Amino acid sequence: MRPDAQAPGAPSTGAQATSAQQDGALEVAVLVSVGRHPVTGRARRADQDARGVELALSLAGARISLLHAGALDEESESALRGYLGMGFSALTLVEQLPGADVVPALADRLSAARPQLVIAGERAEQGEGSGMLPYLLAERLGWPLVGGLAAVEKVENGVATLLQALPRGQRRRLQVRLPAIVTVDAAAAAARQSAFGPAQRGEIEAESAAVEWDEAQPEWNVTPARKRPKRLKIVKAASARDRFKAAAAKAEGGSGQVLTDVTPEQGAEAIFKLLKDEGVLR
Amino acid sequence: MLETLLPILIFSALALAVIGAVRRIRLWRQGRPARVDLLRGLAAMPRRYLVDLHHVVARDKVMSNTHVATAGGFVAAAVLMILVHGLGLGSSERMGPILGGLLLLASAAMFVGSLFVAKRRRNPPARLSKGPWMRLPKSLMAFSASVFLLTLPTLGILPAGTGSVILALALAAVLVWGLGEMFFGMTWGGPMKHAFAGALHLAFHRRPERFSTKGGEGNRSTGLKALNLDDSKAPLGVETPSDFTWNQLLGFDACVQCGRCEAMCPAFAAGQPLNPKKLIQDMVVGLAGGSDAHYAGSPYPGKPVGEHAGSPHGPIVAREGQALVDAETLWSCTTCRACVEECPMMIEHVDAIVDMRRFLTLEHGNTPGKGAEVLDNLIATDNPGGFDPGSRMHWAADLNLPLMRDLGQVDVLLWLGDGVFDMRNQRTLRALVKVLRAAGVDFAVLGNEERDSGDVARRLGDEATFQSLAKRNIATLSQYRFQCIVTCDPHSFHVLKNEYGELGGVYEVRHHSTYIAELFEAGRLHFAPWKGGSVTYHDPCYLGRYNGEYEAPRNVLKALGIDVAEMQRSGFRSRCCGGGGGAPITDIPGKQRIPDMRMNDVKETGAELVAVGCPQCTAMLEGVVDATAEVRDIAELVADALVERPAGSGGGSDSTRAPQSAAGARPEMKEVTS
Repeated sequence: MRPDAQAPGAPSTGAQATSAQQDGALEVAVLVSVGRHPVTGRARRADQDARGVELALSLAGARISLLHAGALDEESESALRGYLGMGFSALTLVEQLPGADVVPALADRLSAARPQLVIAGERAEQGEGSGMLPYLLAERLGWPLVGGLAAVEKVENGVATLLQALPRGQRRRLQVRLPAIVTVDAAAAAARQSAFGPAQRGEIEAESAAVEWDEAQPEWNVTPARKRPKRLKIVKAASARDRFKAAAAKAEGGSGQVLTDVTPEQGAEAIFKLLKDEGVLR
Repeated sequence: MLETLLPILIFSALALAVIGAVRRIRLWRQGRPARVDLLRGLAAMPRRYLVDLHHVVARDKVMSNTHVATAGGFVAAAVLMILVHGLGLGSSERMGPILGGLLLLASAAMFVGSLFVAKRRRNPPARLSKGPWMRLPKSLMAFSASVFLLTLPTLGILPAGTGSVILALALAAVLVWGLGEMFFGMTWGGPMKHAFAGALHLAFHRRPERFSTKGGEGNRSTGLKALNLDDSKAPLGVETPSDFTWNQLLGFDACVQCGRCEAMCPAFAAGQPLNPKKLIQDMVVGLAGGSDAHYAGSPYPGKPVGEHAGSPHGPIVAREGQALVDAETLWSCTTCRACVEECPMMIEHVDAIVDMRRFLTLEHGNTPGKGAEVLDNLIATDNPGGFDPGSRMHWAADLNLPLMRDLGQVDVLLWLGDGVFDMRNQRTLRALVKVLRAAGVDFAVLGNEERDSGDVARRLGDEATFQSLAKRNIATLSQYRFQCIVTCDPHSFHVLKNEYGELGGVYEVRHHSTYIAELFEAGRLHFAPWKGGSVTYHDPCYLGRYNGEYEAPRNVLKALGIDVAEMQRSGFRSRCCGGGGGAPITDIPGKQRIPDMRMNDVKETGAELVAVGCPQCTAMLEGVVDATAEVRDIAELVADALVERPAGSGGGSDSTRAPQSAAGARPEMKEVTS
């Protein structure tokens, strides 16, 4: 196990948030989105967001609120009720019209509610799906962000001990001062079953919020995704063990190099050279 | 002296019995309301007892005769005793000798019956409960013998002063024991409770249509009852014993602990933690409140008695820890209905289990094993495997199957089922298509418009997903016109035939074995003689016990020239393959696997091939390693044996009607017919 590392960028003001709750309960907000089933495209609870909810449920003494920014229609309601079915009586809906940039509204809502921990999935299953939302939120709020979480081990005195998932089953233990935003990796515990009863009874509490339009998106050209060519992994293995290792390996980048203290020009040069070597640029 | 003592004894026993009855009825009334026609039920009760119940009891001839003598003797003796000794009619000039003589006869018959009861209790089979039940034959004898002896002086057969006062008092004491067991125990919870609760259970049964009437046979009534999902106040399944309807609670109380269910239960035999008898007894414990420590029968395999307790308004299954029943007990059931088929008290075990499963799935969200994944798949992709619903017809890319969407109206709608995604079942489906084409049947399939029938979702307790699938299937089917649905999957067959009706879809549905038998009867199929070895047939639960179709598959095999070597457990006693009720999905561990036991049954017949009629059975039985017999679907056997019509059989009486589409392909046939 690697030594504990302090996540960079933790603002010193974070500890003040603890004054927000007197009873000692940990305030956790989970950002949930409307997912899309990979085979049929039907709306569902998004896999990573649901894992985020599960992660929140694993925290002892946490007061969990579910937060979704978007519009409510029949499809999104059935998906959002999927989260309620994990055992919640209510979900907060920050009303946003289609085409709105949800970051400002979410940031306003979070800075008003001041939860200590915000949990989100790594990226949405539909729409832009850039995975940028947690980063943009962290930037706006000035909170630290830790990506790719497998678990939250404990929260003590305004400091959370986190377990970050790395390739090949490795884990890194991190400590971060709260409030913080974390995103959940597919290595986190799978979400519990969503039960019909609580899903139907749960309330979706709509809150109106100012709408800021996403200026960039209308200019984009959206086309259906194409399967991209994948580099074939040619395995020259002599033994079964080698073949297994090769099959189980995630991209490791063994031949890569870490550039530190270089000028932007040197960095660009190195990247340009790599792209030429890999045949991406000709 | 006895003339004053006996009426006091009899009427105080009766009074106590009435008080006990009121208490017991109040226990049942803790359940939810149910719509029951009370008067009609009470009127029908004697027939239900004498015909339907005894039809089941009579499967064991000795026990049936024993019960007729004992119970018949008791009822007659009790009524006559009240008249003779209670109301003092024994001393009247005219009625006395007749009534007294009848009472002697009745008590003698009861005594003979109780001797047989005692004989069975000397070395009781494991399925029988012990405990208080062991004293029952003695109590029966005490009652019948003391009534017999006390009646002798009344009739003047013995002079009134025979014996001493002490002897008379001793006899009276024995009678008190007998009265205590038979009257007091009947309503206060002794073994004789089964008579009181059983009689009312027959009268107020939740499935009155199960029973025969003077007009004809009862139907099987095997479809599960739908939950009301639109009413947000209606409970989603059963959480506490009081969430059952009152007549379900009454039904549990009727259990006579004979253990016939236990002897037939495949999960119990496999060492999974389920015993239908114990489950019903646990519900009785729940409705009265207390622990199961007094239960004196076989426990759930691997679960000692005395650790579980419950109350009428307490949870049956705890979210954490133990309550009345553990969840894995409920999930061990394959819903094969062997217990219900075997139960002489007509108790509905499977309904109760699914009711409790519904709560676990719909409220706790706690379907074990792969349950949650399968349900998610059903919601997202309309099939349990999570396959692309657009790839439903890939298996038949070369078959050029006619689609309902193109035709709109056909004779037969071929329901394919989720077996389309299973390579083994695809062989069965190809065989079935070949058979239908050979017979010139005008058929079509729904193709990608078909969805899972909802069977698995419903048995796993997810009524919401079942109703969603069912309603969409019904909407699809309503667009088309067809005479009947044919399917090779008994689970789809059962759901389409018996469970869609409540949601508005009423169809004529046939299992493929039934339909093939009909085609053969009509002379539309011709088979080469059977050249293979010996064959046995495995009855699928959802075809046999659920729908009563035992004959058609055997008729088809007979038509193929196969002499079926029957397994010991076949027909209505067929042992489940272990594939029903979502059991392979929840996968509760036991000591052995149910399909292994079934293949052992096959091995005992020496058959080289076991014919089946269900994709689940095929999958389960083929999964058995080192099996001695090959597993083939009836459709495959029929397809392999197909021949063109033999030249000599073209008699004028043959009603074969060549359909327009196939007529051109077979001109020789036309020549022969004309």
